[in-house]
Amino acid sequence: MAPVGRTLLILGLLLAAYGIGASLYGARSGRREWVDSGRRSVYALAAVMTIAWAILEAAFWRSDFSFNVVAQHSSTTTPTFYKLAAPWSSQEGSLLLWVWLLSLWSSLILFLTRKRVRDIAPYATAVLLTFAAFFTSLAAFLANPFTTTASPPPEGAGLDPLLLHPSMMIHPPMLYSGYTLLTIPFAFAVGALITGKLGTAWISVTRRFALAAWLFLGIGIVLGARWSYTELGWGGYWAWDPVENAALMPWLCTTAFIHSIMIQEKRGMLKVWNVSLILSAGTLAILGTFLVRSGILDSIHAFGASTLGIPFVVLLAVMLATSVGLVLWRRDRLRSEAQLDSLLSREAVFLIQNLVLVAMVLVIFWVTFFPLISEAVTGTKVSVGPPAFRPFIVPLALVLVALAGIGPIIAWRRVTASNLRRNFALPVLAAFTTCVVLVVAGGGTETRPFALAMFTLGAFVLTTVAQELWRGVGARRAMTREAPPVAFGRLIRRNRRRYGGYIVHAGLAVLLIGVAASSSFQHSRDVVLAPGQKVSVDGYRISYVRPIASATAQKLSFGAVLDVSKGGRHVTTLRTTRGFYPSQDPTLGQIGRFFNGNADSDVGLKAGLTKDIWTVINPNLGPLQGLINQGDKVFQAALVKAMRTAATLPPAQARASLNPLWALRDQAISGITARFVSHPWPVNFLLIVDPLVTWIWLGAIIIAGGGLIALWPIPALARRRRTARVPARPAAPPVAPAPAPAPVREPV
Amino acid sequence: MDVVVVLVVVAAVTVFVSAPLRRVRTAEGGAASEIAELEAAREAKYREIRDAELDHRTGKLSDEDYEAIDGTLRGEAIEILHRLDSIGGR
Repeated sequence: MAPVGRTLLILGLLLAAYGIGASLYGARSGRREWVDSGRRSVYALAAVMTIAWAILEAAFWRSDFSFNVVAQHSSTTTPTFYKLAAPWSSQEGSLLLWVWLLSLWSSLILFLTRKRVRDIAPYATAVLLTFAAFFTSLAAFLANPFTTTASPPPEGAGLDPLLLHPSMMIHPPMLYSGYTLLTIPFAFAVGALITGKLGTAWISVTRRFALAAWLFLGIGIVLGARWSYTELGWGGYWAWDPVENAALMPWLCTTAFIHSIMIQEKRGMLKVWNVSLILSAGTLAILGTFLVRSGILDSIHAFGASTLGIPFVVLLAVMLATSVGLVLWRRDRLRSEAQLDSLLSREAVFLIQNLVLVAMVLVIFWVTFFPLISEAVTGTKVSVGPPAFRPFIVPLALVLVALAGIGPIIAWRRVTASNLRRNFALPVLAAFTTCVVLVVAGGGTETRPFALAMFTLGAFVLTTVAQELWRGVGARRAMTREAPPVAFGRLIRRNRRRYGGYIVHAGLAVLLIGVAASSSFQHSRDVVLAPGQKVSVDGYRISYVRPIASATAQKLSFGAVLDVSKGGRHVTTLRTTRGFYPSQDPTLGQIGRFFNGNADSDVGLKAGLTKDIWTVINPNLGPLQGLINQGDKVFQAALVKAMRTAATLPPAQARASLNPLWALRDQAISGITARFVSHPWPVNFLLIVDPLVTWIWLGAIIIAGGGLIALWPIPALARRRRTARVPARPAAPPVAPAPAPAPVREPV
Repeated sequence: MDVVVVLVVVAAVTVFVSAPLRRVRTAEGGAASEIAELEAAREAKYREIRDAELDHRTGKLSDEDYEAIDGTLRGEAIEILHRLDSIGGR
């Protein structure tokens, strides 16, 4: 089916080119049938790319090594679950995934808007198809997933072992969904700029897509952090790695956008800001893909270093120039329709929050690209790490959390001093109490001002959200007399954007409390222990009980069992291993290649609500090297001899004649591996006791839950009912001040 | 087999994509985009009215502020409705 796949890529490219032409011609000439045909080309592209993707998945499923990409990224021993996810570990598969997801999301938005924003949609269609054409061209001509070989190898190279982790099965599609979803508001913003229809219509049709992009990107980022924490063996979850930052930047931009569009919807303000934000987010989404795929910056996540850099740079330059040009061209129509009524209003808080988020993006962008900038200016690539980010990001994050607390308890347009006092009293009291209790209780918070500030502000945010929910339920119950749980559920259901957002704020507070605690109060020790030896970390006694080892066809594992106790009481037993996957490089030796291939870590982790006890082993296999070298010599000589004999036999018998040799080799490998247990030697451990890491994952789950609530569409019936109840249409022209049309007095 | 699959896909795509071009032309209402803009503005205004009411009931807006804001918002909503009426929107 490879030729079908290759043809489908070309067909996809032709469809994209036709769709661009038809949409633009239809828009310019006013001929609706061409616009409809252009839109249909997007649907057709989605169908074609779905078939292409299915062909690629089937090749991985069947371990069809005639596909080069399958031979390079899978093997017969790769578990089926991972085989299906292996396509996006490759450059070729990633590009196809990108265009497939793009075509699906594009079809969805164009179907939903087939009778709306009819001026803007054709231009948006053309922009979306331009992205599709770009990625399809890369997949068709530079990194084709359907290239084959006439003589397929009997076995594939296998999946990079670092990717053998459940998070990695979901993480890339989540990030790619986020990136591709961001192209939709980008495309409609371009369409709105071209047509000059810069009101709220384009925002209302794309808001959910921006929110979905934000949600998917967020899930992808957290899954990546979880993978880093449990798989990479360095003890952290966030390294300010370029690829991590590449996903964080558009996420921050989109966070700003989904707040500031509320101001445009309500007040007709910030039009320039909003289009600039979403154009930036769309460009950053392409930049994120570029960083993952190009390998221009050193990253532990850049699995696809390649030569795709130049096409991406051209695309980014075109996006940037087009965005700036369109905003400048339409600057007159982007003027605000109103001004801030008061600096004490939710609009003002949103504005400051937007500035903070954009400042974060600028800092992250500057520091991430500093190695490239320094190389361009001075000729020397200067490496920067997490310390370069913290002095800027930590204070900005504190301001952001404070604003996440202030926003929900301050009204739109204006507030009075008495209302401020009423709404701020309890949260400020809670924050103050938290601060005092933490300082009095000691434990080190008094010497870590940033952590103390984050805990204090976190308490402030959580109290504001709780207060808002409490008062909302109270207001609803006052009108309906419903039971509290019923009132709570219906309050959220009827005000999904508002309370979904508040829940996100609570999740953010929980997450950042976890980040502040785990980064400020981590205890770690890098030690070498022999079986029976003990070490103390943050009051825990950790003893190396015994070594463990295993040899399977997939990998060799060397690990340890550790006992953790505190105050003489057993706390937990940890098991950690390091796995070595066989290399296909014959120069490493018949035995040596099993010990010198790719490696991954299984950390020993006892996760708890207050503390994580985390360990990883780094076994030094040096003491086995003599045996490995000896085995290489013996088996190389035996192999040469056996091959000579096999050459005189028919193929089937020749293969069978080698089987005893392979069985002996496997026994030898098992024997050498077992030495790790029978003759143990001291090995290296990284031992970490880290507080509140679980809060990070809990916070992320709360954020995702809040995001889903905000994203969930209002049922059509409810929308009709609400639209009908909220101000009844007047029979007479309004006078100022307007006589209130049928007052809204339905339950909140 | 491969050739047959490709031909079927190409034929299906061609028929599907070109279908609108074989239909009788339909005239596009010139006011459609303005109606869309106004309808979006109307929905946003309704949402703003509900938000102000909830802010009032949860104690974020005083009675005086709420009366003033609600009156302004309803006036703006009525203006949008009149503009919609004038161009024949829903």
